[in-house]
Amino acid sequence: MNALIVDDSRAMRLLLRQMLVALGFEVAEARHGREALSHLQMRPDTQIALVDWNMPEMNGLELVEAVRADETLSGVRLMMVTTETEMAHVQRALEAGADEYVMKPFSKEIIADKLALLGLSGGDAHAA
Amino acid sequence: MSLSGSDFELVRRVVYDTSGIVLDPGKEYLVESRLQPLCRHENVPSIPRLVQKLREPGAQPLVTRLVDAMTTNETSFFRDVEPFEALRRHVLPALIEARRATRQLNIWYAASSTGQEPYSVSMMLDAEFPQLRGWIVNQLATDISPTVLERARAGRYSQLEVNRGLPAKYLVHYFTKVGNDWRLKDNIRKMVRFEELNLIKAWPLLPAMDIVMLRNVMIYFDTEAKKRVLSGARRVLRPDGYLFLGGAETPMNLDDSFDRQPYPRAGCYTVKATTLA
Ligand SMILES: C[S@@+](CC[C@H](N)C(=O)[O-])C[C@H]1O[C@@H](n2cnc3c(N)ncnc32)[C@H](O)[C@@H]1O
Repeated sequence: MNALIVDDSRAMRLLLRQMLVALGFEVAEARHGREALSHLQMRPDTQIALVDWNMPEMNGLELVEAVRADETLSGVRLMMVTTETEMAHVQRALEAGADEYVMKPFSKEIIADKLALLGLSGGDAHAA
Repeated sequence: MSLSGSDFELVRRVVYDTSGIVLDPGKEYLVESRLQPLCRHENVPSIPRLVQKLREPGAQPLVTRLVDAMTTNETSFFRDVEPFEALRRHVLPALIEARRATRQLNIWYAASSTGQEPYSVSMMLDAEFPQLRGWIVNQLATDISPTVLERARAGRYSQLEVNRGLPAKYLVHYFTKVGNDWRLKDNIRKMVRFEELNLIKAWPLLPAMDIVMLRNVMIYFDTEAKKRVLSGARRVLRPDGYLFLGGAETPMNLDDSFDRQPYPRAGCYTVKATTLA
């Protein structure tokens, strides 16, 4: 299974990478929405993108909107992973087409449980 | 400050006799870590003093609080996912068909902890089973711990708790944010009745159940207690009802009156026809 991590913080990308690798995913990284969008257009077989909200160039919400506007990317699941914790943010992300929403801080269990809700469990189905 | 061998023995015996929870030797660290906050709460200067108080007459209220403190209450919304999928796809549709004349469903959560399990099902019933409007759906959720029951009734969860296993669409639909916490809306809260019930003592009279959720509690019991609880569950289940156990639990070698249902990793059982005859 292929996952894409979209976050402008290197430390956050590293943390998420470790969790996803442990869950059996092949992981790619992007530093902002624009980079993520071009990656996805090259790799439309990506199953899941974990998307930060606040990023330079193109933010997470704009990325979600762009991905949902592109029919060739309809198989990509989108999960926001963000410090934005207000109800209005969760609502906006879902309306824009995000499939799931994780509020920072999070743990490996939280990520694994959310992925399981989407029917995704990496290479090792029992890792969670 | 730490726990002597004889004090551990006493705590172990009191907890076992009261709740069935087995504290094996080697669990001293666990007992200590739970007793320390209890000492503070009881205003007792040390663990030996606390254990001393357990020996004194009139210790029953303290015993109750000790057992409460010794329970492990870990849970999450839609824990393990698959049991809830089995409910949604197979069990509830079958029961809705079977009960269409009486239009009533009884569901029991026998170790409901802080409420995530019953509330997960309640949200699912509300969101995905509109055909149940107009039915009587009795949901009884019980636990030995008054502390978790109180939290469950309040229906108020931390950010970490709603992050775990709760679909974002349910968060948006069924919760309101209050400070840093998230509060479940009243229409869902009112779908569940929470009551204290100790599984290893005599059970009160319960209505015949269509579904019994008995998940992640037998793991704390010894073989005898597991057997008694399973046979109790069989007696409260309707002949065509369903039992759910936790991922590490099985009736195998304990009670041969259950058939495992083929839903993967759901821990779902029905009562064997031969047992009914
Ligand atoms: C780990 S939680 C399980 C919660 C939920 N069923 C789940 O699977 O997520 C175990 C619960 O069992 C309760 N418990 C322990 N001994 C009990 C007893 N003798 N009678 C009733 N509940 C008990 C504890 O208080 C605790 O809340």
